[in-house]
Amino acid sequence: MIYEYFSNLTGSEVLASIISAFLPLFLFILPFALIAVLLERKVSAHMQDRLGPMRVGYHGILQTIADILKLIQKEDIIADQNDKPLFNIAPVLVFAGSYAVFAAIPFSSSYLGSNIDLGLFFIVGISGLVVAGILMAGWASNNKYTLLGAMRSAAQLISYEIPTIMIVVTVLMVTGTLNLKEITELQSGYFWNWLIFGGNIAGIAKYLLIPFMFVGFVIIYISTLAEVNRTPFDIPEAESELVSGYHTEYSGMKFAMFFLAEYANMFAVSAIVVLLFFGGYHSPFGYLGNTLGLSWLVPIEQLFWFTFKGIGFVLVQMWLRWTLPRLRVDQLMAVCWKYLIPIAFVNLLIVGLITLL
Amino acid sequence: MITEFGKIFVFILVAIFFVTVAVFVAKLLRPSRPTYEKKLTYECGEDIIGSPWVQFNIRFYVVALIFLIFDVEIVLLIPWAYVYKIFGITGFLVGAIFLILLGLGMAYEWRKGDLEWSRPAMPKLNVNKNKVSEKVKDK
Repeated sequence: MIYEYFSNLTGSEVLASIISAFLPLFLFILPFALIAVLLERKVSAHMQDRLGPMRVGYHGILQTIADILKLIQKEDIIADQNDKPLFNIAPVLVFAGSYAVFAAIPFSSSYLGSNIDLGLFFIVGISGLVVAGILMAGWASNNKYTLLGAMRSAAQLISYEIPTIMIVVTVLMVTGTLNLKEITELQSGYFWNWLIFGGNIAGIAKYLLIPFMFVGFVIIYISTLAEVNRTPFDIPEAESELVSGYHTEYSGMKFAMFFLAEYANMFAVSAIVVLLFFGGYHSPFGYLGNTLGLSWLVPIEQLFWFTFKGIGFVLVQMWLRWTLPRLRVDQLMAVCWKYLIPIAFVNLLIVGLITLL
Repeated sequence: MITEFGKIFVFILVAIFFVTVAVFVAKLLRPSRPTYEKKLTYECGEDIIGSPWVQFNIRFYVVALIFLIFDVEIVLLIPWAYVYKIFGITGFLVGAIFLILLGLGMAYEWRKGDLEWSRPAMPKLNVNKNKVSEKVKDK
C-alpha cells in the first residue's frame, strides 16, 4: 500500500495522507486532462474529416500546454452585477466535488485514497456537491444564460441520479458490499468473473444474471453520461442557444477549473462503470507479474488495466458526442423518467429474485 | 491516527488548496484592466435588458419534488439491499411491496401528466386525410 509506504518513509500519518491525496491530482488528473483535451479535439476533427490542431508541436501535441499558458494570462473579469463571494466559491466547490470522488476509487490493489465501506454510496453522495457548485455559479453570475443553464443542469443531474443509484442498489444486491475494493476483488481472476458476465457466482444464477447485468450497464452508462453533461445530454451548456451554460461569465483560471473538473468527472464516471461491471483494476487475462514471479509488477499492471478501461470509456463518450444529436428538454426528461427509471425498477426486482436462487 | 473519512477530508482540502493556488498564481501573472464594457454581464455584446430573475417553468419544481421522494426511497432501499438475503424470500417480499407501492405512485404521476415537459407545439398541417388516401388509391 502506498499510504503505508509513505507513512513509514516520513514517520507521520498526516504527511502520508497529504502526499497520497496529492498523488491522483498530479500523477493522474492533470496529465489525463492534458491528453484528453487534445484527444477530444483530434477525435472530433478526424470524425469530421478535418485535421484538428496541427501547429503547436508535432501534430499539435503541445496544443493543451499552449492553452494553459493562455488561460493563466487571461484577465479574470468579475462583472459589477456578479455576486462576488459566491462567484469565487463556485469553482472551488465544483472541483472539490469531482476530486473527492477520486478518494474512493481504487486505482490498483496498492493505491486507494480511502478504503471506506460505503465507497460507492459516498461517490454518489459527494457528486451532489457539484450540483450545488453549478447552481451557485449560475446564480451568482446574474446572467440570463447562466441561470437558465444552471437550472437545466440541476434538473438533469438530480433526475439522472435516480437510475444511477438504482443500478448501484442492483449491484449491491449481487455483491453484498458497497466497498469498491471488495467489489473489485469479487471480480478477480479472468474476465468471465466480471459482473457484466454474471460475476463470480456459482451455479445457474450466474447465467441468469448476464442479461440483467447488461441492461444495468447500459442504464448506468446513459445516466452517468447525462450526469457529466455530455452530448447527447448537453442542453445545460447547449452552445447554440445558451452561449456556454452555467460558466458563461467565467474567464481565465476559474474557467480552467470548471474545465478541469469536467474532465475529471468524465474519467470518474467511466471509472465507476469499470469498477461496477468490468472488473475494476483486474486484468482480463491474468498477470504477467504472477507468471514471472515478480510481485511488484502486479500493481503496475493493475494501474495500467484500470486506466486502459477507463480511457476506453472516455473515448466512447467522445465518439457519442460527435455521433448523436442533442436531445430536446422534454425528450431528456422523458428518457429518464419514462424509460430508464421503470426499466431500472423492474431490473432491480428481477435481480433480487435471481440472487435468492 | 487518521480514519478513512479523515483521508477523504484531506482530499477535499487538497482540492480547495489546488484551486486557490492556481487562481492566486494566475492573479500574479495576468493583467487587470477593467473597463465599463468588461464589467457588464455578458449578453451577446448588447446592453443588458431587464433582470435575469425571470419566472421559471414550474416543471423544475415538480421534478425536484419527485426526485426528493425517490431519494428518500433510495435511502431506505440501501440498508434493505444489504440484509434481505438473511431473511430469504420474506425479506425480498417486504422490499418488493415497498417498491411496488412506489411504482404505483409513479404510475399515478405519469397518468396525471406530471412527467410531461411542455413540448414545442407542432404546426398543424392543413391536409384532409381522406383526400390523401384517395390519391394514394388512385396511384
